[in-house]
Amino acid sequence: MTTIISVSNLAKTYASGFQALKGVSLDIREGEILALLGPNGAGKTTLINTICGLVTPSSGTVTVAGHDHLRDYRAARELIGLVPQELSTDMFETVWATVSFSRGLHGKKANPAFIETVLRQLSLWDKKDSKIMTLSGGMKRRVLIAKALAHEPRILFLDEPTAGVDVELRRGMWQVVRQMRDNGVTVILTTHYIEEAEEMADRIGVITNGEIIVVEEKAELMRKLGKKQLMLRLGAALAAIPDALGTYKLELDADGRALTYSYDTRADRTGITTLLNAVRDAGLQVTDIETRQSSLEDIFVDLVRQSQ
Amino acid sequence: MNLAATRAIYLFEMARWGRTLLQSIVAPVLSTSLYFIIFGAAIGSRVPEIDGVSYGAFIVPGLMMLLLLTESTSNAAFGIYFPRFTGTIYEILSAPISPLEIVIGYVGAAATKSIILGLIILATASFFVPVRIAHPVWMLAFLVLTALTFSLFGFIIGIWADGFEKLQVIPMLVLTPLTFLGGTFYSLNMLPPFWQNVALMNPIVYLISGFRWSFYEVSEVDVRISLAMTLGFLGLCLVVVWWMFRTGYRLKP
Repeated sequence: MTTIISVSNLAKTYASGFQALKGVSLDIREGEILALLGPNGAGKTTLINTICGLVTPSSGTVTVAGHDHLRDYRAARELIGLVPQELSTDMFETVWATVSFSRGLHGKKANPAFIETVLRQLSLWDKKDSKIMTLSGGMKRRVLIAKALAHEPRILFLDEPTAGVDVELRRGMWQVVRQMRDNGVTVILTTHYIEEAEEMADRIGVITNGEIIVVEEKAELMRKLGKKQLMLRLGAALAAIPDALGTYKLELDADGRALTYSYDTRADRTGITTLLNAVRDAGLQVTDIETRQSSLEDIFVDLVRQSQ
Repeated sequence: MNLAATRAIYLFEMARWGRTLLQSIVAPVLSTSLYFIIFGAAIGSRVPEIDGVSYGAFIVPGLMMLLLLTESTSNAAFGIYFPRFTGTIYEILSAPISPLEIVIGYVGAAATKSIILGLIILATASFFVPVRIAHPVWMLAFLVLTALTFSLFGFIIGIWADGFEKLQVIPMLVLTPLTFLGGTFYSLNMLPPFWQNVALMNPIVYLISGFRWSFYEVSEVDVRISLAMTLGFLGLCLVVVWWMFRTGYRLKP
């Protein structure tokens, strides 16, 4: 896959002295959905805003389809659509006027048919003549997406697209994002809903304290960093783990009826067979076996904790 | 040049004006007409001519200038401050558009509005008092130049302001008094010599004097100095705007 945005050693220190980005390097591939996951204040918005030209970087470079985002800003910005985190809208304008304005701002000729397609895709068509101030929060968010798409960008940045949005609307938003990707648009979204990244992303970048600590295919990330657990339900309660099983680092649950064994799926030997043999030799009766894979949330929490 | 973007901003700003016609046209025209009725027609009829011009006609250029300065400044200031206030400025700053194109869009729209207002005032004035324009081309030149310069000045205020109060402070507390004291309602020659010299420190004096010369060929200062002062202030404003975009002052962290 070709790289559409290349960020290299990007740093930003604000006038207050706060270092929001500490030399971030990141390649974004054309056509992917990349989720930037990180706690509040991690630098997600600063990263996006710097790429889009809203924040002046202290050092480092960004190229968008080969165009330097500062020297060749026109060519770079033409390719980008940005949906900001805040619901900043021209509240007295109509949906149609504000979306058409965005298209004009990017130097594109008026194209009512295209604007109509965008508004229909986002279920805003019947609201096209409504003033933005009369719309609900979810609709305003979609107006912002329509504005960002009005100039037919190849890259779409969505900064916390589902913050404060109810579950149903969130699912609707996910559908919209997938549709964008199917249309060939590269989507970069920030979120602190891990569920969202897990659901949507092709790749996940974890950012904390102004640094990207990992960027990985979602499946790979979960395979690499995930742990698996094997739980054995016992026929009779145990007071303590038998000495014969002491080498296996087992955990006994509070009522003594389940043993949990953590193992690494990538290891050549998981130790499951010998464990099961040892359990049988110890004379324990197993009534049920369960395995559990750690979620992205567990991985994320681990990563962030480690980096701190 | 991304002319489509400049056009989009310009039309957006003009549309905003169109939505508030009552406030943006009717109010300033009404208040200026009141000046004509009171000072021009009622009191003016008892005031002797100034430099051979009837008092009612004498105050027309000054009143146009008063309106031009305050409307250009506050319109342009509001035009750029409001998107900063609501946050919609993100779109302008992330669009493939240069600072020059942004300025032409906003300042052009603000200047257009105040030129239209100025011409409406002129038309209204001619109902009440006999107005004569000796140098129409110079009159228009001063009108356009002043509108542009003070729209640019307003744009600077709109970027500098970090609250609605600051937005109003300069037009109300600086421009209006300076315009009133700058010879809108009187000739500087009517002042004692000491105050005449003080008045010459007021830059608005030069604008009104030059503008009035284009109507009646009477002026307190050389019209070339008036023109130079206007162009000088225009140049200064351009430098400040250039610096603001270059450094990202109050626009980009």
